Amino acid sequence: MNSIALQAHNPLRSYLLEAKYEFLRLWRTPSFVLPTLLFPSLFYLLFGVILNRSPGGEISQYLLATYGVFGIMGSALFGFGVTIAIEREQGLQRYKRALPMPPAALLVAKMAMAMIFASLISIMLAVIAATLAGVALAPVQWLLLFLVNVLGVLPFCAIGLWIGSLVAGSAAPAVVNILYLPMAFLSGLWMPLSILPALIAKAAPLWPSYHLAQIALKVVGRDAGGPLWQHLLVLAVVMLACFVLARRRLQAAD
Amino acid sequence: MSSSSIPALAELRGASKRYGKQLALDGVDLALHGGELLALLGPNGAGKTTAIGLLLGLLQADTGMVHLGGRPPQDLDARRTVGLMLQSAGIPETLKVGELLDLTRSYYPAPRSVADCVALAGLDGLLERRYGKLSGGQQRRVQFALALCGRPRVLFLDEPTTGLDIEARQGLWKAMRELVAEGCAVLLTTHYLEEAESLADRVVVLNNGRVVARGSVQEIRAHVAQRRIRCVSSIDPEHIANWPHVRSARLEAGRIDIVADLAESVVRRLLAEDAGLSDLEVQRAGLAEAFIELTREAA
Repeated sequence: MNSIALQAHNPLRSYLLEAKYEFLRLWRTPSFVLPTLLFPSLFYLLFGVILNRSPGGEISQYLLATYGVFGIMGSALFGFGVTIAIEREQGLQRYKRALPMPPAALLVAKMAMAMIFASLISIMLAVIAATLAGVALAPVQWLLLFLVNVLGVLPFCAIGLWIGSLVAGSAAPAVVNILYLPMAFLSGLWMPLSILPALIAKAAPLWPSYHLAQIALKVVGRDAGGPLWQHLLVLAVVMLACFVLARRRLQAAD
Repeated sequence: MSSSSIPALAELRGASKRYGKQLALDGVDLALHGGELLALLGPNGAGKTTAIGLLLGLLQADTGMVHLGGRPPQDLDARRTVGLMLQSAGIPETLKVGELLDLTRSYYPAPRSVADCVALAGLDGLLERRYGKLSGGQQRRVQFALALCGRPRVLFLDEPTTGLDIEARQGLWKAMRELVAEGCAVLLTTHYLEEAESLADRVVVLNNGRVVARGSVQEIRAHVAQRRIRCVSSIDPEHIANWPHVRSARLEAGRIDIVADLAESVVRRLLAEDAGLSDLEVQRAGLAEAFIELTREAA
């Protein structure tokens, strides 16, 4: 009897359920869902549509790319940074590690969750862009923009993971905001770098979000002209470094 | 005892664990056998959590041997034989009870049916409720259901009944007895002497990272004769502390708290000296507290 059950047991199912419930539990947390999903669309509506004198033009395209990056960065930083800090503090991480959960299931589930939120944000922005903002792109551009957003969450998941491994649960939202909002502004996500002071524009490549934004802007032909591999390299290095630092920190915590 | 010939389902042998300069566990032996409930007692900081952490593979022993069913506890297959209830699990509040069961059951090769979990842990009518909306007692019952849903051979229950009312506690006791009768090995930590008394086949008492006593409940109880007396009174606690049979007396939150070897004569004198005395309460001193006293005397 036992052996039949053993054969039927499929650890992959744990991965799927873990991702499903990770998504569901955040989906039912309005303080996460509302800002994460609505802020990028509202900002885009405000700056890309209402305050924009030339609908369908350069600004609408630029902001479509950068508010996508802004939005998915939020879902990754908050979805990872804050939840991991709280789970660490409240003992969920310890409990899950003691359970026979497949070791990577929680991390994979959180990544899947961030990618699902990223795709929702990306679709909402695309709908606003194609209708209200009058942005016209080739099908392949829409698709590429979507892919940049969905895959672009990964380096920010790693940054969030590292923050979550460092700070207390109650401090995590503040720490994430202190990083998130200035970084968004300084990388030209809210308004084009060309209209910001020269110093800010010059320092922008210091921020990982700048590099993802440049990739997204390349899709709509509005980037600053840096080579793609450079942006990818920076994001890969940031992702790997944060992941390694977070792992070391999480293991040392016990 | 007779159980020593049967291989243990989980075991610490001469296990030590150090945090910086502090020795949290000092050469501890602990063996869990099927069909037996072992109560692990001791004051806060005695090393109970560290011992459980080693057995669950959350911590690595500095010296000594740890195994779960003959395998290292980090081994995923070894942990599939284990169910656990920790003091704080931080279970997601927005998930429903049925969803939590669904997820936790997926970790195990041959989980119990949801209906069985509901019956054993007393979760009738709760499956559709969100965990965060439940009362403290209901949440403990859900945690208990999550601990037993995988049909574990070894069950770790870290203060499972803290914060439960008497009815809920007795419901949990009944379920624990059923699991032990099925052949499950249970490690229970608790602050309640009645709980250990009512459930445990064997008791191990830890203090400062060492085993200070082990044996059957009867053997351990022979060490513990103390009573705890609490009351509201105008008598000076320092005065009471000098009475015969009184071990200590102090004022705590407006009430006098007395530890005595013999309750009757102390109570008689309290009532004789203070006609206005109120809120009188007499308890057997906690097993763990008694052992703090014992180890203090030994030191």
